[in-house]
Amino acid sequence: MPELTYREAVRDAMSEAMRRDEDVFVMGEDIAEMGGSMGVTQGMLDEFGPDRVRNTPISEMAIVGAGIGAAVAGMRPIVEVMYQDFMTLAMEQLVQQAAKHRYMSGGQIKVPLTLRTQGGAGWSPGAQHAQQLEAWFVHVPGIKVVFAATPADARGLLWSSIYDDNPVVFFEHRTLYNLKGEVPDELDGIELGKARVHREGEDVTVVATGRLVHEALKAADEAESDGISVEVVDPRTLLPLDEEAIVGSVRKTTRCVVAHEAVVRMGFGAEIAALVQHGAFDYLDAPVERVGAEFVPVPFAPVMEEYVIPHADDVLAAVKRTVGKE
Amino acid sequence: MATLEEKGQAVSSERLREFLREMLLIRRFEEKVEERFRAGELPGFLHVAIGQEAVAVGVCRALEEGDVIASTHRAHGHTIAKGTHPNEVMAELYGKVEGCSHGYGGSMHLYDVERGNLGANAVVGGGLPGIVGAALAFKMRGEPRVAVAFFGDGATNIGTFHESLNLAQLWRVPAVFLCEHNRYAESTPSSQHLPLEDMTKRAEAYGMTSMAVDGQDVEAVYETAKKALKHARDGKGPVFVVADCVRLSGHYVGDPQVYRPKEEILELRKSRDPIELLRAHLQLSDEEFEEMDAEATRIAEDSVEFAKKGTDPKPEDALKNVYA
Repeated sequence: MPELTYREAVRDAMSEAMRRDEDVFVMGEDIAEMGGSMGVTQGMLDEFGPDRVRNTPISEMAIVGAGIGAAVAGMRPIVEVMYQDFMTLAMEQLVQQAAKHRYMSGGQIKVPLTLRTQGGAGWSPGAQHAQQLEAWFVHVPGIKVVFAATPADARGLLWSSIYDDNPVVFFEHRTLYNLKGEVPDELDGIELGKARVHREGEDVTVVATGRLVHEALKAADEAESDGISVEVVDPRTLLPLDEEAIVGSVRKTTRCVVAHEAVVRMGFGAEIAALVQHGAFDYLDAPVERVGAEFVPVPFAPVMEEYVIPHADDVLAAVKRTVGKE
Repeated sequence: MATLEEKGQAVSSERLREFLREMLLIRRFEEKVEERFRAGELPGFLHVAIGQEAVAVGVCRALEEGDVIASTHRAHGHTIAKGTHPNEVMAELYGKVEGCSHGYGGSMHLYDVERGNLGANAVVGGGLPGIVGAALAFKMRGEPRVAVAFFGDGATNIGTFHESLNLAQLWRVPAVFLCEHNRYAESTPSSQHLPLEDMTKRAEAYGMTSMAVDGQDVEAVYETAKKALKHARDGKGPVFVVADCVRLSGHYVGDPQVYRPKEEILELRKSRDPIELLRAHLQLSDEEFEEMDAEATRIAEDSVEFAKKGTDPKPEDALKNVYA
């Protein structure tokens, strides 16, 4: 199987869709000559030209809204919002327009829009370029939300997102772009709404997303040396959510930790905790533990940033709490 | 033989009579909406377009097959003018399955995709970016279609307006931005929300072609819309059209309009009613006008009958149509 970086995997899905399908195009800020702020669209201008790799003004409302309109008119646009922090500028278009056109029209309209964005802490960009806002979007009926953690998942899930007939918000994590991983020979979609079990275990289930999948896998290795067997489950699609996979895993292990980089309070993990307490109540041997960032904006100074966001040792500590080995 | 219109001359009186019939239909429909709301039959928020019929009819008659529109919270007139049967509009206001949005939308979310109505929008300025995108799709596919956004003067103060005009002009997409300048943003008069008198300057800031027209004169609206649509369709870029018009009703049905002198409306009804202006222009006999009016009234009344006999959605239908 070929090996791609996470960045190349995202690019590969877009490029292949654009080769096969005239209706697919990308637009966003700095995505043409510059190749995107994270280099994801590098080379695409040369292959597809400026009509299909459209550099835009810094106008998030108009870019997202134009993506919606083009989608309604039969295209399959991929809109890149440079940082997920800037999705705040396009919330009206996404939440009031994209998410509701189908519903308000009584089923007359489809909005096959893919909205790619990236973010996360780790490079000290400060409070306006480092948030993880996925919880805002999973609260909105009418959109789908994907968060890929590996090159193979990024490629397959993005492919499915592009060909989904609904608006999809596709989160990428900035610190994962150089991560290498094997991908299948043939580009194929990964069904939205299906979790991936990264590692099987017997004692504790860690439900992790994005960068925290990798932190959870590190924590699982360390836990193993302590005699604790950890299962790591990545939902991959946050909306729709593979409830069966999560509940099934916790029923088996009887303990659950949820881990994401976003702040804990009202985070995606709260929904997982609610799901687990309802779906596996009689199986639980410990309270569901939540791992995430402190309830502060992401700070600038590297020592403070490191302190605020969660790492493998935070996941490990939570795992140990669930088995009473603090 | 070329028609008068094709020679660039005035619209034929026969065509103007058609416009008048449609304007009358919208007027009588809107009056029915007010009446049935006051009778307690209509749920939701309702905004009628009494006084603005000439803009809806003048613009929509100028459209060609395949052109699309996005409307506003004041959508009944645009929707009827774009070809949706009044029965389907009224049924939607009653929340019936037979409604043009099948009961999922209501007055502020009228859709009729088959007839090129991509939806009315209850967020002021919310529909403009989507129209840029639809126009972009037409341009990318080389289709000779135009996308038209209706909005009011109030919307020219919101960010989507500015971002949309900027992007549309930058990419020269076939869009027409049709501003219904009725001088009220809900209750707030333009003196309190617009820093400039000449609205075409809004478009000048983006290097966009702009046109101004008397929105109470359906013939002028039609001819201006034709020019704007041709400009956009010919690949010359988008056009901003300011239609100076008059809202002869409140912002919403039931609005006591405390912000507006009573004499203003009375005076405007006498001097600026687009139906009366067209009737005078055509020098219609009372008999002919009354005949047209009776027909419009009948269609409006029938729409209420149709709607009342419509099917209520099942409560659990609320769970459908969230995802494709």
